[in-house]
Amino acid sequence: MVQVKVPTPLRKYTGGAGGVEAQGGTVAALVDDLERRYPGLKERICDESGQVRRFVNIFVNGEDIRFLKHLETPLKAGDELSIVPAIAGGR
Amino acid sequence: MLPARAVLSRPTSPAEGPRAAPSVLQLVGNTPLVEMRKLRDGVPPGIRLFGKLEGFNPGGSVKDRPALRMIEDGLARGRLVPGKTILDSTSGNTGIALAMVGAALGYPVELVMPSNVSKERKQVVAAFGAKAVYSDPLEGSDGAIRLCRKILAESPDRYFKPDQYNNPANSLAHYETTGPEIWRQTEGRVTHFVAGIGTGGTIMGTGRYLKEQNPAVQVIAAEPEDAFHGLEGLKHMASSIVPGIYHENEHDLKVGISTEEAYNMVYRLGREEGLLLGQSCGAAYLAALGIARTLREGTIVVLFPDFGDRYLSTNLWVGWQKLGEARP
Repeated sequence: MVQVKVPTPLRKYTGGAGGVEAQGGTVAALVDDLERRYPGLKERICDESGQVRRFVNIFVNGEDIRFLKHLETPLKAGDELSIVPAIAGGR
Repeated sequence: MLPARAVLSRPTSPAEGPRAAPSVLQLVGNTPLVEMRKLRDGVPPGIRLFGKLEGFNPGGSVKDRPALRMIEDGLARGRLVPGKTILDSTSGNTGIALAMVGAALGYPVELVMPSNVSKERKQVVAAFGAKAVYSDPLEGSDGAIRLCRKILAESPDRYFKPDQYNNPANSLAHYETTGPEIWRQTEGRVTHFVAGIGTGGTIMGTGRYLKEQNPAVQVIAAEPEDAFHGLEGLKHMASSIVPGIYHENEHDLKVGISTEEAYNMVYRLGREEGLLLGQSCGAAYLAALGIARTLREGTIVVLFPDFGDRYLSTNLWVGWQKLGEARP
């Protein structure tokens, strides 16, 4: 299982949980698994073409997937994936 | 094409320009208003659209105004005295403004911000000599607000907290400066004022002033359409800690804007108007165009909080596309 850290604005999909578990051999597969477990979440992370939305950062063990293999970045049990909006809000 | 006169008109004559200022703080405000002539997307010709370029403030954003006003207020009330440190939570522009004002006045500044704010922000704050304290990026600006409250509670006598979310001097800065400037710059013709909401200070203070001059002026707020967004500086009010200075009944309309559409508008403003702006400007301009298309005549002023050069390392420009290939 991969540990997934969920930002506050998306916790309405995870019953308020800031950390959840999901599985998948790649980030894409994990996002699909998240969608099965927490319906509605994928649409917040990915656009209609299935790509990660521009303002969303996904980190695998602290590394930005844009500088790895994007959605094809491989995952293994025990990895930590964080979903972080690109900005914080409020001035 | 622009009329030749607009293209050829010179900037202010060197004989008429401003005199030397006694301090950088005297350069806050009096920002230019520029007419938006090209990127109009079907707006009827009877509508004039103007952008208020707050990036011309010395700290680079609209936030110089409330930062200066809140600190002046703290000094006047004796709440900020020598030996105290200015402390606040901010995801960027306010921090830069407080850091600048603190440096100019000789007061130390500490800023609490989520660790995912842009690299330029962190560097600029450090360049003004301010200390940054980072909060959990997963908790956004509300996490910074909570951490700041904790730091203050631990040593209340050490700090002066301007508290931009709850300090009436924030909106007062706009009531005293932004509003009167727009009224003068449009010669009283402004019919609509459009701005994003972060603390609500801009929309409250400017809107209040303009409505006092002419109750028919419409005040329109732009906000992210969803809690999960990438519009730095803006707040989705329904899912946020609502700022004490924000009163929803004081604006006429609130428009939700998608992050992707705002980003695309930023790319277009650069290419089509020659204005490189921040992402909240794209959101505000989209809201303005939406309103403008429903009107036949009017003078719409949109507040552009900052320029875009401080976002060049953010997702707005980096990673998902190569520079020079920005989608129209």
